[in-house]
Amino acid sequence: MAGSLEKIPVNVVTGFLGSGKTTLLQRVLQTPEFADTAVLINELGEVGLDHHLLEEIDENILLLQNGCVCCTIRSDLKDAIRDLHSRRSRGLVPPFRRLVIETTGLADPTPILATIALEPVIHNHFRLGNVIVTVDALNALLLMARQPESLKQIAVADRIILTKTDLAALPQIEAVKTRLRRLNPSAPLIETGDKPVDPAFLLAHDLHDSSYLPNEVRRWQEVESHDGDTIVGGVRSQNHQDLHDTHRHDNRIAAFALTFDEPMDWTAFGIWLTMLLQSHGEDVLRVKGMLNVAGVGTPVVIHGVQHIVHPPVHMTRWPDEDRRSRIVFIVRDIAREEIERSLMAFNRVARDYKPQSHAA
Amino acid sequence: MCSLCGLLGEDHWTDMAASPEVFGDVGPSRTRRQERLYRVRIINRVLAHFGLRLNDWQGRSFVLRSATGKTELVDDLMAVWPAGERMIGRRLDPMDPALLAHLARSAARS
Repeated sequence: MAGSLEKIPVNVVTGFLGSGKTTLLQRVLQTPEFADTAVLINELGEVGLDHHLLEEIDENILLLQNGCVCCTIRSDLKDAIRDLHSRRSRGLVPPFRRLVIETTGLADPTPILATIALEPVIHNHFRLGNVIVTVDALNALLLMARQPESLKQIAVADRIILTKTDLAALPQIEAVKTRLRRLNPSAPLIETGDKPVDPAFLLAHDLHDSSYLPNEVRRWQEVESHDGDTIVGGVRSQNHQDLHDTHRHDNRIAAFALTFDEPMDWTAFGIWLTMLLQSHGEDVLRVKGMLNVAGVGTPVVIHGVQHIVHPPVHMTRWPDEDRRSRIVFIVRDIAREEIERSLMAFNRVARDYKPQSHAA
Repeated sequence: MCSLCGLLGEDHWTDMAASPEVFGDVGPSRTRRQERLYRVRIINRVLAHFGLRLNDWQGRSFVLRSATGKTELVDDLMAVWPAGERMIGRRLDPMDPALLAHLARSAARS
């Protein structure tokens, strides 16, 4: 099995029809740095993508035994990626160093992520990179109100690209940005309009880039300072407009950061998170955090989308003097206090066993 | 095979001993077997609330038992929860207030 650094990174580009996915890809793939990127697309959009490593796929869904919707393996995608890799190995296609998958507008991106992370052959050769969502500033508010799929796309994204900002009025852009920050405050929000975007920031700067990791984690930490009623929808929102507008899909989604003073016992944390994901995985859209693990001198970074949890990543040093664990959650219909109380209770169980465990 | 993540014979992300590069200070000092036994002890505090118990089986799998005598062999931590749910016919919810009260009571007794 290839180590994570040797695996081919896969970026998923999602977003509604007409939100600028293909235009964004065109710009990014034109740069020499990303010319050796293979692209799989679900549907040929209005804007043609002219690229030498372009393949089209259909949608067939296979449900993993005992799995949920987010853990489905897309059989079409599985076949397409395996085939692409096989042809790469045999020299029938250029040795691409990155794969980009463009989803259909209505697609829930999590089965695509599950296919890459969980399909036994694919995950030996590929690893998940950043998920990028394009959001059209002109239509975003309407889509978010009417299409829950768009909220899921935004919640699981690592980069949010706000397109058509050159066509939308400033108050409208600000309203969309406020909504996006509430749904996913830890992902950088980039306005494109007709401005160029940094392809490396979109595609390559991820948790496997050790030089970039501290920046990414710092962004998660900043969520804490915004963590208040203004960014949190639904469960604990104090905003009167939100309370009166409970039919809105995104009012059910909450984003918040939790901090824990006591070091986290890794075993208790693993028991807790697997149990949480088994019972509520479809409503835990995102978990990412930097943990102070008991007995470990440096931070451990965790990162998950629904049931998919990435292998933990090691940071070489703490970013500052603060040694508390910080975890960002994006959840649906789960209160912050419930998660906080539960994790603390599990960690306390480990504390009871600590003398024996370390003596073991 | 993990029923949820579909991993076959691979290290789970929860295994500390499998990632010495991440848990360098702790990993080498705690063997894989010690880690498994420690995990079983903690998980049994949780499972006790649901009338379930887990035992290590030859260092490779686990045996989950219900109070009514049902048993199931599970491969890893992630597989414990769906097996337990099948046995007792309800969700094993880590946020269940009754479970949290049970954990607090058992902590006070220990």
